[in-house]
Amino acid sequence: MPVPVIDVKEVTLSFNSEPARATPPELAGVNMQIYEGEIVSLVGPSGCGKSTLLRLICGVLPPTKGRIKVYGKKAVPGWSGLGFVPQDALLFPWRTVLANVRLPLEIKAGGKKRLEELNEKAREALRLANLEGAEEKYPHQLSGGMKQRAALARGLVTGSRILLLDEPFAALDDITRTQLQLELLNLHSRMGSTILLVTHNIFEAVFLSSRVVVMGEKPGRILGEVKVDLDYPRDLRIMGTPEYGRKVGEVQALLEKAWGDD
Amino acid sequence: MINMECWNRENRRTRTWRLTGFGALIRENYEYFSLPLGLFLFLFIWKTASGFYPSFILPSPGEVWGRWQEFYRQRLFFHHFSATFLEAFGGFCLAAAIALPLSYVLAGNPFLEKIFTPYIVGMQAVPIIALAPLLVIWFGFGITSKVLVAALAAFFPILTNGVVGFRETDPRFREMMAIMGAGRKTIFWKLEIPSALPVLFGGLKMGMTLSVIGAVVGEFAGAGRGLGYLVNSARGNFDTPLIFVALLLLALLGIGFYLFLSGFEYLAVPWKRRQKG
Repeated sequence: MPVPVIDVKEVTLSFNSEPARATPPELAGVNMQIYEGEIVSLVGPSGCGKSTLLRLICGVLPPTKGRIKVYGKKAVPGWSGLGFVPQDALLFPWRTVLANVRLPLEIKAGGKKRLEELNEKAREALRLANLEGAEEKYPHQLSGGMKQRAALARGLVTGSRILLLDEPFAALDDITRTQLQLELLNLHSRMGSTILLVTHNIFEAVFLSSRVVVMGEKPGRILGEVKVDLDYPRDLRIMGTPEYGRKVGEVQALLEKAWGDD
Repeated sequence: MINMECWNRENRRTRTWRLTGFGALIRENYEYFSLPLGLFLFLFIWKTASGFYPSFILPSPGEVWGRWQEFYRQRLFFHHFSATFLEAFGGFCLAAAIALPLSYVLAGNPFLEKIFTPYIVGMQAVPIIALAPLLVIWFGFGITSKVLVAALAAFFPILTNGVVGFRETDPRFREMMAIMGAGRKTIFWKLEIPSALPVLFGGLKMGMTLSVIGAVVGEFAGAGRGLGYLVNSARGNFDTPLIFVALLLLALLGIGFYLFLSGFEYLAVPWKRRQKG
């Protein structure tokens, strides 16, 4: 039996400290296991706690009940094996692309390593994210796709074995989104990273993932999951296969069930 | 030769105009011409207006220039200018040294902000010109009282801009830093300071200009040297050209301070420079 790299057990999160005026918890009894090298997507309606679950895994939010383990240890912020890519890229406007990508290394090193050494690692991450040549640009000089690539490079720079992506392609146009989806698959096949992706897009979830976990709201909970048995490496042609259509239908059915429950 | 595109409202078509010769030269290089052109217009209007009034009301630019040369020959320029410069700069530095750390504390602590705000607003509401005599009584006719008046004048804009600047730090960036494992000190240096810098510079520039006003007000209340003192003593002698000399020197001091901080801002906030570009 393989050991999960991310193990979420009976996690409940409630922001309300007064039981008398209690609103439904953000998350209730969430169980989820993610194994080495998997790409897993979390889909669900807005406000169902998908992004919150990512923050719990990062360790910046402590669960009210239950436990989360990453590689068998309690989730703590700043663990270098975990890279986070947020929705709006969140690149610091006062830093160049290179300095943005270098930031997690600077924080880890705490001023003990030479800047050139850190820059070299940042350049390597930019190469992986296909963003060579933009090192000295500022974020406002980048297109939406380039910003997301820079955010991806920042997520990879510490040598992360796990990537958490919070709707990374939501703000992009269709062409750039497809391009980045293919690049993410390529990166996965080269590096074998474990990827947990939050998305609203069912088609994207089925195209990229080996499993799609569907969440419901009020309280945020897992309704079920759909296993996608399509082989890797994948390309755009799988979107035309009946199996792909069937899987999209299964995810859609689970989501409709969530709406029906409300 | 340059092309100028304009929107023709009648037939809704784009029409191209061509400007040639001197007009094109001016338009292509207007940023180089604007400053001397403005100065020329200012001097021209001044000179024309001075013809209608006696010298003790409105001296001509030539008379002011002559008074400046005499003033400079008497070796009084450095004596008075340096006093106002030191008072204003000292006051500004004192104000910044107190207001910036205080703004950081207030921005992060609403409880302290509630305690301090009525006193800070009250202090700002009292006109500086009414406070200056009191400070002269307390601290004497020397530089200390003037530095304190200048500091009081500069304090408020630096503080309020500081509070706004530090409070504007995007919470999503904070979370991103926390995910990366950044501690309090790292978040301060790598996020809060650079994020607040553009707004801080706005307050510092305003404070620096106000510190010149504060220094002059302090000199009005009681001093033995400085450009404010010069205005006061020249008024007693109806030496209007000397008042103009002092006023122009004050304007130059204010512009100099402003340019100094703008230059510093240019170097310290390169990303804003590029955004404008």
